[in-house]
Amino acid sequence: MMHDATQNGPPPVLAATRLRFGWQPSAPLLDIPALAIAPGEKVLVRGASGSGKSTLLNLFAGILTPVTGTVSLLGTDLSALRGAERDRFRAEHLGIIFQLFNLLPYLPVLDNVLLPCRFSARRLARARASDGSEEAAAHRLLAELGLPDAAPASAAQLSIGQQQRVAAARALIGNPEIVIADEPTSALDEDSRAAFLALLQEECERVNATLIMVSHERSLEPLFDRVIPMRELTGGTP
Amino acid sequence: MSTRFPIARLALRSIASRRASAALTCCAVALSVLLVLGVQEMRESARQSFASTIAGTDLLVGPRTSGVNLLLYAVFRIGQPSNNVSWQSYERFATAPGVDWSIPLSLGDSYRGHAVVGTTEAYFRHFRYGRDSRLEMTAGQAFGAGTEAVLGAAAARELDHDVGDEIVIAHGLGATSFLKHDRHPVTVAGILAPTGTVADRAVYVSLATLDRVHETATPSFAPAPADDGGHDHGTAAESGEAGEHGGPGEITAFLLGLESRVQVLRLQRTINEYADEPLTAVIPAVALFELWSVIGVAENALLAVGALAVLTGLVGMLVAILGTLNERRREMAILRSVGARPRQVFLLLVSEAGLLAGAGALLGVALKTAVLGALASPIQTRTGILLESVWPGSAEAVVVAVVTAAGLALGALPAWRAYRNSLADGMTIRL
Repeated sequence: MMHDATQNGPPPVLAATRLRFGWQPSAPLLDIPALAIAPGEKVLVRGASGSGKSTLLNLFAGILTPVTGTVSLLGTDLSALRGAERDRFRAEHLGIIFQLFNLLPYLPVLDNVLLPCRFSARRLARARASDGSEEAAAHRLLAELGLPDAAPASAAQLSIGQQQRVAAARALIGNPEIVIADEPTSALDEDSRAAFLALLQEECERVNATLIMVSHERSLEPLFDRVIPMRELTGGTP
Repeated sequence: MSTRFPIARLALRSIASRRASAALTCCAVALSVLLVLGVQEMRESARQSFASTIAGTDLLVGPRTSGVNLLLYAVFRIGQPSNNVSWQSYERFATAPGVDWSIPLSLGDSYRGHAVVGTTEAYFRHFRYGRDSRLEMTAGQAFGAGTEAVLGAAAARELDHDVGDEIVIAHGLGATSFLKHDRHPVTVAGILAPTGTVADRAVYVSLATLDRVHETATPSFAPAPADDGGHDHGTAAESGEAGEHGGPGEITAFLLGLESRVQVLRLQRTINEYADEPLTAVIPAVALFELWSVIGVAENALLAVGALAVLTGLVGMLVAILGTLNERRREMAILRSVGARPRQVFLLLVSEAGLLAGAGALLGVALKTAVLGALASPIQTRTGILLESVWPGSAEAVVVAVVTAAGLALGALPAWRAYRNSLADGMTIRL
């Protein structure tokens, strides 16, 4: 278990080393000499749109592979895994929340929340271990996130704020170690934004999940343990 | 392990969310499948019906013509004879060594739109249809020597005649004939049980009766003879019947049954080479086979049109799926983010195509069952063709399987594009 831990404390859940990525080799979009995120940490990666945030998340989630360097999640070097193994790893250890339209419109809310349990045996087993059944876990998460059973059962009928809460429940079901959120609050108004973030952080703390969120909003900075400006990750380019 | 997520269930939900376009796609496939199955069904039933019209007859003999033509007009009563066969030739071969039985047939007359068949009582004794079934009477009996008629089951039903009714034969074909002679009605002596063949639609009379109709047909333009004259004709007919060994002048064709199959080819050659009169003798099964090869071209053309229609329906489905692909990139990204592999994205789209095609094909089978079920009885009354298998069978299963497989194969195209997209997009949602 080798880590390039750059700080003291427990081994990081995410470690990036000498990571370079770019569509053109001469102009790397991302250039990260070393980055480590500790378990349970709540990290905000802040930067303007178009600064490579989505690419960064795709690298962290193992969808993209770096040109050079490595990304390790929970001590596993993602570039050492084959494509299908990365897909499986992602399903088992990561919960992901998008900016908008997180849900499959043709599935009921409950089925949307249960999707990770369908693709990952580990998430299913952990959901059952914590709540007895995966459905019970989904119901509990939805209720804790402020979506009672009385809310519409069809994903297409939910408001945007409700959709983001369902997405959070889906990211959290089966207790993944890492929750990655890509501008999850940008479509919400000021009040729901704070409420949503509070709920999300609360749920992450409850299961000791690491939260990595990217956003362009400076106002969110005080809510996080740590803020990484995007420009630190792009080799100095804005 | 529930990692084996039922992708098919996801595909079902996805299709259900696009019901309207999915329903239209299914309908297009269903209608094309209906076309293919309908053509196939009619072809099978027609063949079956034709093949079962005559059985147990070794040789069919008529004037010099093609075997198919002779079969068509003498057995199926399609078209008209160009020539006749002399009674002498009939007698010559009916009594040839090795001939077990013979049935003379005289066609060309009608009774209210139904073909009149002049024959002898040998017809009821020796004629076979289907798988060697005999003709049965549901009422009455075969005609004897008198002026009597036997009706086929369909003819009796449609004409609403029963045993004992009197009917008047017209000279010539067609529902109405100006050359009618109502002075010599014939009495219905019997009614045949249904056979499901063209035999059901005919009216059978003795050759002597037919001769009398022919004799009196022309004079009927003259002032009608007195009642006494009618009786005279009656006695003349009976003497004619008695003198049937002298025989009527000509018949249309005759059927021969031989004592042994071995002799068929030799007798066929003897008849075909008969010097006194140009004759044609054909083995019914051989002529039927020739008929199939002629009709087969048209049938295959129809089936090809049906197959093209199926392809058109499936291409329509392909277009519908490809059209939604761009707006579904978000869906693919979501699936990838929860752990779906590109392979599963591929599978999702392929199963959607397969489900649509399969449902369309099943709907087509249901439509065909309903349509043919509703049409079976009118078709049988109009054409005598009994639809063999209205209920779905193995042919339908094959069509459903082939259409579904074709749908899956075509679905691979959008699925491949979605696969490539989802590899390239990853979790990035492109709006």
